[in-house]
Amino acid sequence: MRAIGIVLAGGASGHRMKELGSRRAVAAMPVAGSYRSIDFVLSNMSNSHIQKVGVFTQYNAGSLGEHLSSSKWWDFGRKQGGLYVFTPTVTAENNFWYRATADAIYQNLAFLRNSHEPYVVIASGDCVYKMDFNKVLEYHIDKKADITVVCRDSDDLLEKDRYGTVKMNEDHRIEEFEEKPVVAKSSTISCGIYVVRRRALIEMIEKCAEEDRYDFVRDVLIRFKDIKRIYGYKIKDYWRNIASVEDYFHTNMDFLKPEVRNFFFKQYPDIYSKVDDLPPAKYNVGATVKNSLVASGTIVNGTVEDSVIFRETYIGNNCTIKNSIILNDVYIGDNTYIENCIVESHGTIRANSTFKGEDEIKIVVEKNERFII
Amino acid sequence: MIKKEMIAMLLAGGQGSRLGVLTSKMAKPAVSFGGKYRIIDFPLSNCINSGIDTVGVLTQYQPLRLNTHIGIGIPWDLDRNIGGVTVLPPYEKMANSEWYTGTANAIYQNIDYMETFNPEYVLILSGDHIYKMDYEVMLDYHKANNAEVTIAVMPVPMEEAKRFGIMITDDKGQITEFEEKPEHPRSNLASMGIYIFNWKTLKEALIAMAEQPALDFGKHIIPYCHKNGAPLYAYEFTGYWKDVGTLESYWQANMELIDIVPEFNLYEEYWKIYTKADALPPQYFSNDSVVERSIIGEGSEIYGQVYNSIIGCGVTIGKDAVVRDSIIMNGTEIKAGASLNKVIAAENVEIGENTTIGVGDEAPNETDPKIYNAGLVTIGEKTVIPGNVTIGKNTVISGITEAQDYPNSILDSGRTLVKAGDE
Repeated sequence: MRAIGIVLAGGASGHRMKELGSRRAVAAMPVAGSYRSIDFVLSNMSNSHIQKVGVFTQYNAGSLGEHLSSSKWWDFGRKQGGLYVFTPTVTAENNFWYRATADAIYQNLAFLRNSHEPYVVIASGDCVYKMDFNKVLEYHIDKKADITVVCRDSDDLLEKDRYGTVKMNEDHRIEEFEEKPVVAKSSTISCGIYVVRRRALIEMIEKCAEEDRYDFVRDVLIRFKDIKRIYGYKIKDYWRNIASVEDYFHTNMDFLKPEVRNFFFKQYPDIYSKVDDLPPAKYNVGATVKNSLVASGTIVNGTVEDSVIFRETYIGNNCTIKNSIILNDVYIGDNTYIENCIVESHGTIRANSTFKGEDEIKIVVEKNERFII
Repeated sequence: MIKKEMIAMLLAGGQGSRLGVLTSKMAKPAVSFGGKYRIIDFPLSNCINSGIDTVGVLTQYQPLRLNTHIGIGIPWDLDRNIGGVTVLPPYEKMANSEWYTGTANAIYQNIDYMETFNPEYVLILSGDHIYKMDYEVMLDYHKANNAEVTIAVMPVPMEEAKRFGIMITDDKGQITEFEEKPEHPRSNLASMGIYIFNWKTLKEALIAMAEQPALDFGKHIIPYCHKNGAPLYAYEFTGYWKDVGTLESYWQANMELIDIVPEFNLYEEYWKIYTKADALPPQYFSNDSVVERSIIGEGSEIYGQVYNSIIGCGVTIGKDAVVRDSIIMNGTEIKAGASLNKVIAAENVEIGENTTIGVGDEAPNETDPKIYNAGLVTIGEKTVIPGNVTIGKNTVISGITEAQDYPNSILDSGRTLVKAGDE
């Protein structure tokens, strides 16, 4: 209980998530068949014995709110600590939305003030990874850092220009920090995970607010980097940000690799999620499933290849699903062909349809009437 | 004062000895069912779905698995400030300490528990049946008849009636007579072991009959109530209800789940069956996998072939392994090239490469032919079976077995191979 957690889950994805982004905050995106994106950071915090966590939401938080309806799935429902959801509210002093990340923290500064834990771990809700924050905390203390930023090589990441880049000296102190540069000077990127002393954070955030500055990266990290000791903690493990269609698709597909499944599903500690109480998946005559993941509550009658099928999906007779992601509660009528697609959740696809992504992943949003016998 | 209209008492202390090695380490209500469930999930889910939020679970035989499964009742929403689920094991008293000696004796020893909730009615359930039932409807029936005791009954084929407690009723459903396993049954209404009592009536009967050895509901309490003129009614239930008391009926009930639209449908939106989820991740199928007419639980990895089978959570089926007409429970690993036919493999079993199980002619089991029959192979939990052996039908294997336990790499049909393991 040395740290409290802050999860930044309020951001819209802008155009990068295309139609998927209009439905929900990125942190609520379903991932890997049975999870939502925010499960990873919440599980990491819980598994690192961070017991008090604030989740800051703003953009389209319906799905997220539903998912966070109980804190017990991540073991947060405790007397000491708990899971707090902070949405923007109008107060006597303030009637703005969260103008950016630092402003979100500023508007809820009481959460920091009223805690007694000496450290704060700040992370975003749109990344898929497994991490022991205690190790970052140890490193932070060891380096006598003011702020520690978790970093990673961008070699195996797609769309490298989506990230902030850092340049460290031999001691791993960060000397340069650029937010989403057009031409990156370094192949080390920031994972958006920060450790900072609680009192120092309060101080910096207050200073920002006085100067009408609102962004944590631009107005705290970059502005303070020469006067504060900011260190990089480099990780090598699997880490992906899912906030673009391309990255979202490939992150899900990564779970078809045994080493990724082993890392997340087999190695202790586990990733937790809200339990849905669905029956096990069922395969009727005519079902063929190759190199795919299938979540519970699904009924398969057709062919599924190289795909990730989320919960409660029905795949009709003689269907073929190839290299696609089918999100929760989709009904796919008989004789349908789907290739290179992401099918949005709660959709109903009529029988005999064909959907195929040609040069890029196609997003299928089909809202037909569903007839259930 | 706390006041609950109806509370439930769930009898979960029985061994279920006819399930053989499946219950050697756990009580029957804790045995897996349908891929991800345990038998007790069905009555517990029925309770919460019927609006009963206070359930006492009476445990005695091998309670560890049951205790860890139930916990504080979170999966069934039975973690409540007042009521919720309470596990009630036998306990020591100032004098006359005893185990639970019969179904009603177990309830008698927990009069204080029931008294706490000041109930109007008490529902008695057993933890070894598969069914969905709205106890609230049964309670309405109980109230409408001004009954003091209502017994849920189910019409069974006349020729099977002699295996059950049989109720003889008048045309209004009032029970006039009853017979325990009669040679020549006069009715086909079999008691399902589900009772609603007026708390006053039950308490009075339990105290009056307290000295009776092995105090039992069917044998003592119901006859006592009847003798004293309490109105007894039979509540006829016509939905799906399965007693999974024998290995064959257990296997059969599991297999029925894989029909296209099974008689017992787990995929209904309302009346969900809740369970403590052991695993969350989706299941993986490799490029070489084949799966047909099967139910598969979370986190399982299939590299081989699965036909007509119920596979639990976290199961691995290796490359070229073939699993047919079998029940494979949580955490079991079947290595490459193994072949299983009509096998019930309990949790965390390990089956070696290229081992073939369930082949050859049938022969009666040498130790317990009444338990191990129907051509099934039963494998106890945490059993290890080495690679490259062949195992016949009506066999039972339990414990860490090694190649030298299989002369010429064969275990003939009807053999029993039970090793004590590392205890």
